[in-house]
Amino acid sequence: MLHLNKVELTQGSFSLVANFTIQTGARVAVIGPSGEGKSTLLHGIAGFLKPTRGNICWAGEPMPIHPGLRPLSLLFQNHNLFPHLTVFNNVAIGLNPGLRLSAPQKKQVSLTLQKVGLQDRNESYPGDLSGGQRGRIGLARVLLRERPLLLLDEPFAALGPALKDEMLEVLDNVLSSNSATALMITHDPQDALIFADQAILVADGYASAPQPIQEFFDDPPQALKAYLGNRK
Amino acid sequence: MAGGVIALVIRIIGGGAVLVVLLAFSFSTVLAVALHGDGLGALGSYDWQAVRFTIWQALASAGLSVSIAVPVARALARQDFKGRSLLITLLGAPFILPVIVGVLGLLAVFGRAGWISQGLDLFGLDRLSIYGPAGIILAHVFFNLPLATRFILQGWTSIPADRFRVADSLGAQPWTQFQLIEWPMLRALLPGAFLLIFLLCLTSFAVALAVGGGPRGTTIELAIYQSFRLDFDLGRASSLALIQFVICGTVAALAILIPLPRNDGHGLDFIHTRQDVQSNRIIDFGFIGITAAFLIFPLASIVIRGAIHLPELPNAVFAAAWTSLWIALISTSLCIGMALSLALSFARTGQTTQKLVEVVGILGLATSPLVVGTGLFLMIFPFAQPMSLAVPVTAMVNAMMALPFALRVLFPAIRDTYVDYIHLRDSLMMSSGTWLWKIILPRLSKPLGLAAGLAAALSMGDLGVIALFADPDLQTLPLMLYRLMGAYRMDQAAAVAVVLVAQSLALFWIFDRGGRRHATS
Repeated sequence: MLHLNKVELTQGSFSLVANFTIQTGARVAVIGPSGEGKSTLLHGIAGFLKPTRGNICWAGEPMPIHPGLRPLSLLFQNHNLFPHLTVFNNVAIGLNPGLRLSAPQKKQVSLTLQKVGLQDRNESYPGDLSGGQRGRIGLARVLLRERPLLLLDEPFAALGPALKDEMLEVLDNVLSSNSATALMITHDPQDALIFADQAILVADGYASAPQPIQEFFDDPPQALKAYLGNRK
Repeated sequence: MAGGVIALVIRIIGGGAVLVVLLAFSFSTVLAVALHGDGLGALGSYDWQAVRFTIWQALASAGLSVSIAVPVARALARQDFKGRSLLITLLGAPFILPVIVGVLGLLAVFGRAGWISQGLDLFGLDRLSIYGPAGIILAHVFFNLPLATRFILQGWTSIPADRFRVADSLGAQPWTQFQLIEWPMLRALLPGAFLLIFLLCLTSFAVALAVGGGPRGTTIELAIYQSFRLDFDLGRASSLALIQFVICGTVAALAILIPLPRNDGHGLDFIHTRQDVQSNRIIDFGFIGITAAFLIFPLASIVIRGAIHLPELPNAVFAAAWTSLWIALISTSLCIGMALSLALSFARTGQTTQKLVEVVGILGLATSPLVVGTGLFLMIFPFAQPMSLAVPVTAMVNAMMALPFALRVLFPAIRDTYVDYIHLRDSLMMSSGTWLWKIILPRLSKPLGLAAGLAAALSMGDLGVIALFADPDLQTLPLMLYRLMGAYRMDQAAAVAVVLVAQSLALFWIFDRGGRRHATS
């Protein structure tokens, strides 16, 4: 269970307040206009931004200070991969960032690459791969790390519809096999409906409590109406 | 269609003509040098000592500049503080600061009569002396450390912040983060930065002229000047010029293989999210403070001393300022004219011609003003008194020296305009004239202003070929400053330095601001 207890996150003159609980295993879409603090919320949960007030708890315990000690994995739209590392090493740093792996760990990495269908590309570099394959590398790392919480910052926004659906499916498998809780920022209501069962609106300096997704879109709050316009 | 072909031909001929002139200028001077001298056999042991010293001091200067720049850039990349952007602007200043002024400032701090020596004297310790190798290397680090810091800082801040976030969330410790993220950036950047500074230090003349000398502190450039001005031994000067050309040509060939760093001035923001900001504050601010002091104290001491002694300025300063100004203006128009015709002709054609322009730039960097000066002297000598042509020769050589920097600023801007708008131009059936006057030039206003400002300031501060050609009656501000320093009239020298800096900065500011004012975005 992820609990944001009267958290205030501040960046310059901008501040965001969040006070809600997310149940273990929930899949939550984070929706809202640009520049209203969706990424700020994720950075706060990940530990890149210290709350100016309140605290963030996981399973009843306050989160450790250092981002690396928090029980979570991250996936951004870009820059998840290190271009000078092979596919294998890009996944392996999920287990040991210094890349000193034991034999069983190496086996584990190979197995994970197999699960996402990249077993033949171990020695390739991210630059030689297609967008979809690169997405799979990031997901393989998440799968390998088995952290109970996953934060996604528009990871598939640059992909075409077919590829996006494919990635959402791989993501679905990853989440199911880790039985993880996930928060995903998205601009696309369609993606939110496919991926999430709940939604959070971030607007006007405030992150709302999660709501069932269907309800959220059927009877949108005022700020969401303005954001969506006539599209549903 | 025929019109298009004709335009293409005109373009290629126009740009090609500039290329030919440039190459003829460099190579014919080298040819003159090669034919005149008695070859490398004419060089004595003193000369070979100069060759060894030149390479050694350039290696040391480049090595020191780059290795100090790494921790300084790292500190600037991860610490935010009041005055940070001012300091980064200041790091750009030594590039347009007249070299002789910088040397005068360093003498005021590190020289025998400088602040540090006076302090040492109080404690009964020996005074410092920066004449010779130490002074040459100190001055080269003074001018190139800021350059290297800006290049490396740009490398650091161009690393996407999300990459650090990913590494943090994977639990990577600082050393692992360095290996994973920062080292690959440095490995790609450092060889080019080192090579660029090495090249600049190989061909640097004013520094050696001011603080060099003696068997252990003479560079090839200085040796050329000495055999020219003191011994009037044109044969030896030519042999020295030839070996200088061979060395610089070799390094330039290397530079074509290793990409030199680019600095477009963007992306110097600090990285907001790093976890190691607090724990490294002391060491970071140590590096920042020492670098800032190293830059600010010499300059401040000159400005203060010069301002105090401004009333003692010799009357001749007005004539010198006037000569400097119009040499700078002629040289700026020549430089911008050459850069524009090269860039307009080759910006949108294929990779090979772009490479060609890059090579021209590197050749310009590797061309030593004294080698060209010696060659020109030899070519003019049979027909006219070279001293009487000092002004046009200086303006032309200064324009050539500034050309690589002007090209670096203009070329990407023109290429981007072509890439972004060429289809729109074709679909609107826009004529070449409209395209040039209504689209290209207005969009270029900012880089043009910057390039002209750079060319003007570089020419204003130049103390190269003018030192070779000038007769005692001809004064430019840097030359006057050098002569006053030679006569140990340091107060008047400082006053002239203030005039020189003010005039250089004013000219740079007028061009740069003029360009920005007309820029729409």
